[in-house]
Order: sequence, then structure tokens, then C-alpha cells
Amino acid sequence: MAAVKETVEAVAALEKYEHGFTSDIETEYAPRGLNADIIRFISEKKGEPEWMLEWRLAAYERWLAMEEPTWAAVKYEPVDYQDLFYYAAPKQKEGPKSLDEVDPELLAVYAKLGIPLGEQAVLAGVEGAPRYAVDAVFDSVSVVTTFKAELAKVGVIFMPISEALREYPDLVRQYLGSVVPVSDNYFAALNSAVFSDGSFVYIPPGVKCPMELSTYFRINASQTGQFERTLIIADKGSYVSYLEGCTAPMRDENQLHAAVVEIVALDDAEVKYSTVQNWYPGDAEGKGGIYNFVTKRADCRGDRSKVSWTQVETGSAVTWKYPSCILKGEESSGEFYSIAITNGHQQADTGTKMIHLGKNSKSRIIAKAVSAGKSDSTYRGLVSVHPKATGVRNFTQCDSLLIGKECGSHTIPYIEARNGSAQLEHEATTTRLSEDQLFYAQQRGLSEEEAVALLVNGFVRDVMQKLPMEFAVEAQKLVAISLEGSVG
Amino acid sequence: MLKINNLHVSVADKPILKGLTLEVPAGEVHAVMGPNGAGKSTLGYSLSGRPGYEVTDGSASWNGQDLLGLDPAERAAAGVFLSFQYPMEIPGVPAMTFIRTALNAQKRARGEEEVSAPAFLKQVKAASQALKMDFDMLKRPLNVGFSGGEKKRMEILQMALLEPSLLILDETDSGLDIDALRIVSEGVNALRRADRSMLVITHYQRLLDYIKPDKVHVLAAGRIVASGGPELALELEAEGYDKFLPTAA
Repeated sequence: MAAVKETVEAVAALEKYEHGFTSDIETEYAPRGLNADIIRFISEKKGEPEWMLEWRLAAYERWLAMEEPTWAAVKYEPVDYQDLFYYAAPKQKEGPKSLDEVDPELLAVYAKLGIPLGEQAVLAGVEGAPRYAVDAVFDSVSVVTTFKAELAKVGVIFMPISEALREYPDLVRQYLGSVVPVSDNYFAALNSAVFSDGSFVYIPPGVKCPMELSTYFRINASQTGQFERTLIIADKGSYVSYLEGCTAPMRDENQLHAAVVEIVALDDAEVKYSTVQNWYPGDAEGKGGIYNFVTKRADCRGDRSKVSWTQVETGSAVTWKYPSCILKGEESSGEFYSIAITNGHQQADTGTKMIHLGKNSKSRIIAKAVSAGKSDSTYRGLVSVHPKATGVRNFTQCDSLLIGKECGSHTIPYIEARNGSAQLEHEATTTRLSEDQLFYAQQRGLSEEEAVALLVNGFVRDVMQKLPMEFAVEAQKLVAISLEGSVG
Repeated sequence: MLKINNLHVSVADKPILKGLTLEVPAGEVHAVMGPNGAGKSTLGYSLSGRPGYEVTDGSASWNGQDLLGLDPAERAAAGVFLSFQYPMEIPGVPAMTFIRTALNAQKRARGEEEVSAPAFLKQVKAASQALKMDFDMLKRPLNVGFSGGEKKRMEILQMALLEPSLLILDETDSGLDIDALRIVSEGVNALRRADRSMLVITHYQRLLDYIKPDKVHVLAAGRIVASGGPELALELEAEGYDKFLPTAA
């Protein structure tokens, strides 16, 4: 209830894209462009083991031989891969960081974004202090990770992946690329070659992670691509809830964000992965904005393992993203809950793949697309059942809401059932925001924008409820803000 | 006081109201009766500012404030409430959330302090009891899957909580069985107050057995063609609208 009130307030109170500021942080860049030397530069900067450099170079070779995919229902100006910076890092002391050592300018950026990096308040027992751990990634590097010591007490490893490569190389080597192979797709190959940071999470057997973990990605430098890599390993019987958030300054250039997220869930492990994506979407004419080309995949390797993806996608000029589950374990389960909101000239092609390999594995997909302005939104999904996977169940529901007359919404579900025992259900609806409902809400005292925000929040409520409480409020505000100016 | 003078309204370029003049003093309940197609619902929509109802001439003011220049939300904040003949379903928005959001939006527009969650909860509980509504219904998405009678009760509940000063009831009796009609009418009667005006739009006299009007107006072919006391409603019930129709005049 309070959340909806705040949504409505947010509409009135906030600018269209409130995270669009740039910060004047002294930055170190790699030379512009991409070649083997740049990769060596990044690897050396990170102090990586030799095998990692070779892994990157092999990925680069593969990438050179690949072609950019064109099957998605999105149109964008081609990216000049030689005109980008592949590494941009705020200048600060190297080595293990505590909050005290972080550049105050950087801390100020996160404070402005409303990201809690302070752990002192919580450790000191201050009531109401936000209790979740944050890994803050600024351009190409992680600048600080909070609650590391606290988490280490229960054996949870939560640190920048560049640090994990130095401290836990064997663990990283065992799992890196095991879910999303280097050659999986064009952007994943590029990421494998040049990723500079991201988060690494390991939850030991039987441990329920005592707090929410989150990574907050911020692109600040211009003409810079962000290529982060996240690897989450949930060992047998463990549980973790993880959230990522993203913002970027308003720039009239398009910026590339090509991330890879890999999740491994062993027997009886459960991972909840939530995303609130609010990259800069470009201006009203469609100039600028982030290209969000992301590969996210979970490997439910263990029996009875469970991975749940929840995403609220409101930003980016172009989104190409399909968080997926490979349901290898028997009775493993995958979930995908998605809210994709496009306005202005945004384009989103997003959905999921549920690959059922294990017996009695099940999956559930609920995708809500809201299109406004001149935007275009596509749900693209695959539910695949292997011949040996008996007793598979899937439920898919895709609902689209159109606001105005110039937007588009498409649903492209693929189903491949190669085992006759599978029970697959698919439901889809497309509706237009009803003038009658709008007037009804306005008659009761809501302005047009407040009415739209309320109705849209109602439309996406089932999915919103899957988000961790702390973030649901934030996400509801985002819904309102991203739809500003969508009517009238 | 509600003052409507020579109101002309067109919908899709078709004139519906053709010079409607009507006054409802504060504290009074006036019924507007008329045959189908006379423009009864159009009157309610025009006063509340529904898009598509184009005022081509005339004026309408509430307590001296011109209504026609305001958008629907501003009219609501000024005290106008329209109880819909067919209330909308709002999926995913719990009834209580909807009403509180609306109430606070109105309060903000009027520069008043917003109502706190605990205070609002208290008000809702009292109001829903008075209307014999199951409190759990208020946690469900507004009107979704509600029966016709439940939707009408929800309209009256909103009316009670939003505390409007100009209450327009559009065919509130339609779809109600006799028990529901009684409860809804009692709810409306409880809202009568010296500083409130009510416009009860209805096709049938039976609602007026429960909500006693001070005056009855006959709306036919877009104009008020007759006005009188409550006895006029009984006369209409007995003789029908024929004598007020343009062909009979």
C-alpha cells in the first residue's frame, strides 16, 4: 500500500531519468580499440594467473571468427568495436579495499544513487539500517564490497571476480565458462575476452546466506563498454538471494553493456537472482542510451536444485537478454518472472529458455510487457524437453499491455517437446490500457500520470511480488518514472 | 449549490444534451429521471469531465467554482464524485490501496495533510461495517470478480471514504436485488448532510422509495422538461415517460 503511494509521489517528484548525472572521477583508460594487447593489458592490470590470460585470448580468437547476431527484433546502429574503450577505472589505490580507503568522490556517487555502502551502521546495530551486502562496480572495476568479513564468518565468499581469480583461482577455474561457454554467442565471446570485473559468489554446502547480496553497476566514463562477469556457485543445500541494479549517465552516444552471468546450483541448492535494470534509455528522440546485450544462464546441475530469475527491465535503448535455466538435475526447477517496460524509442527483445534435461524438472514463466510511446517489445522464449526427460512440467504466461497507438508488442514462444509425458501450458494476452479504467481512476482524484502508474503497477503486480521487499518499492517507483509522458 | 445552465454536450459530434438547466441547492437530494437515451448518463459524465463528452455551450458550477474548465482529477478534488453505473475492474490494485491513493491525491491537490495508513485502516473498517461488507474484500483487487451488487457497494464505500460534496449516482439501483438496494440506499442516506448535494440519476422510481428526493426532474431529449416534488416520480411510474417525449409534446 505504502509502495503504491510512493509510486504516485515519485511520478510527481522526480526527473525523467534521475540517474543521468555524470561524475567527475579521475579515470584510467586502456588505449582505445580491441586487440590481443588490450586483453593482455586488462589481464595484467588484474594480476591474473597465466591460464586466465590464455582463456581470454582464446575467447578473443573465437569472437573474431563470429558474427553479430541479427535474429532479434531490434534495430540499432552498428557498434564500432575498435572505437571503444575496454577498460576504464577510477584511479585509486590497488589492493584490498576497506570503505575508509575508497575515494570519497566515489562514495558520494553511490550515496547519490541511494546505494547503501555503509556497513558500520548495521554492525553497530543501528535499527533500520539496510542490511544487504553490496559489490559496487564502477565502469570496469569493483570499487568496494561491503560485509565481506561478516559473510566470511559463515563461509560465504562475496568479492569482485578479479579478486577471486587471485584468491580462489581453482574455484573460479572450475566453474568459469562452464555454464556459458566462451563460444556461446557473439557477445558472450566478447565478454569472455575483455571482462574486467563483476561479482563472485560462493555459498558453501548447507549454508543459507544470512543477507541479500547485490551488485550495483554504474557506467560513468564515456565511449566505454562495460563487460562484467558474474559467477554464482550455490553448493549443495545452500540458498542465496542476489540482486543487481544498473544505471548510467545520460549521454547522446550509445554505450555497450555486454555482461555474462553464470549460476551453478548443486543438489538441493536454491538461487534467487533479481535484476532491476535502469540503464539510460536514450532521449525522447531515441538518441543515446545503452545497448544491453547480456547473456545470463543458470545451470541447475543438482537434483532438486532451483533457480529463479526475476527481472524488472525499464532502461536501455536496446535490450537483448534471455536469462535461462538448464534443468539438468532431477526434479530441478527454473522460474522466470519478467517485467519489461519500454517507452520512447526503446526496443526490448527479451525472454527466457527453459531447457529440461532432468526427469520431473519443472519450470514457470511469467512475462509482463508494457509498451508505450514509439517503443517495441518482444517476448522470445523457448521451452525445450529432452527425449529422456520424463514428467516435465512447464507453465508459461505472457501478458502485454499497450499504452498509446504507436508502440508494438510481440510474443514469440518456441516449444520443443520431445518426450510425450511433458505437460506444457501456454497462456498469452495482449490488452490496451483502457480509457475507461483511466477515467475511473481520474474521477476518484488521480492525475492522468498517477492513474497510468497505478494501473500499470497493478498489471505487473504478480511479478513485482517476487522481488525482495527492499527492492520492490524501488522498482515500483521505476515503473512510474519510466512511463512518464506516455499518455496525452 | 450545483448550477447547470443551458448545458449543451455532444458525443462524437452528436448532440446529446441540448440546453439542460438545473439547480441543486446544498443539502438537497434531486432525482433526475428519464427514458433510455435521454442523456442521463451523459449528464453525470459531463459533470465529472469524461473525455469525449464535448461541452459546446452552457455552464456548470459547483459552489461558485466553474467545473467545465477543470480536468477530472481537479473536479474530484473539488468534491465531485460520480458513482458509476458500471464500475471498472482494476486488476492487481487492492481496493484499499486504490481508495487510499485516490484520497491522498485529492488531499494533496487541496493542500491538506495526507491520511496515515493506521488512521485510514480505521476509517475503512468502520465504513465497510456500515455497508455490511466483508473486510477481506478490500484486500482484493478492486471490483475484480465482484458481483454487480458488490461493485455498487464498493462505489458507496468509496463515496463514504472520499467525502465528496457533490454526489452523482448514476443508475445505482441497476443490478441490485432488494436487500442490496436497501443496504446501498441506507449507505447513501447516511451521507446526507447540510453541505452536500446529491444528484440521483435513475430510470425507475423504486430507488426513490429508499432515497427520498427533495425534487424530481424529468430529463427527455437532452433537456429538463418537468420538475416537481417526489409525487412526480410516482406519476412517472404509473404513466410512463410518453407524455414527455418530443413527439408527444
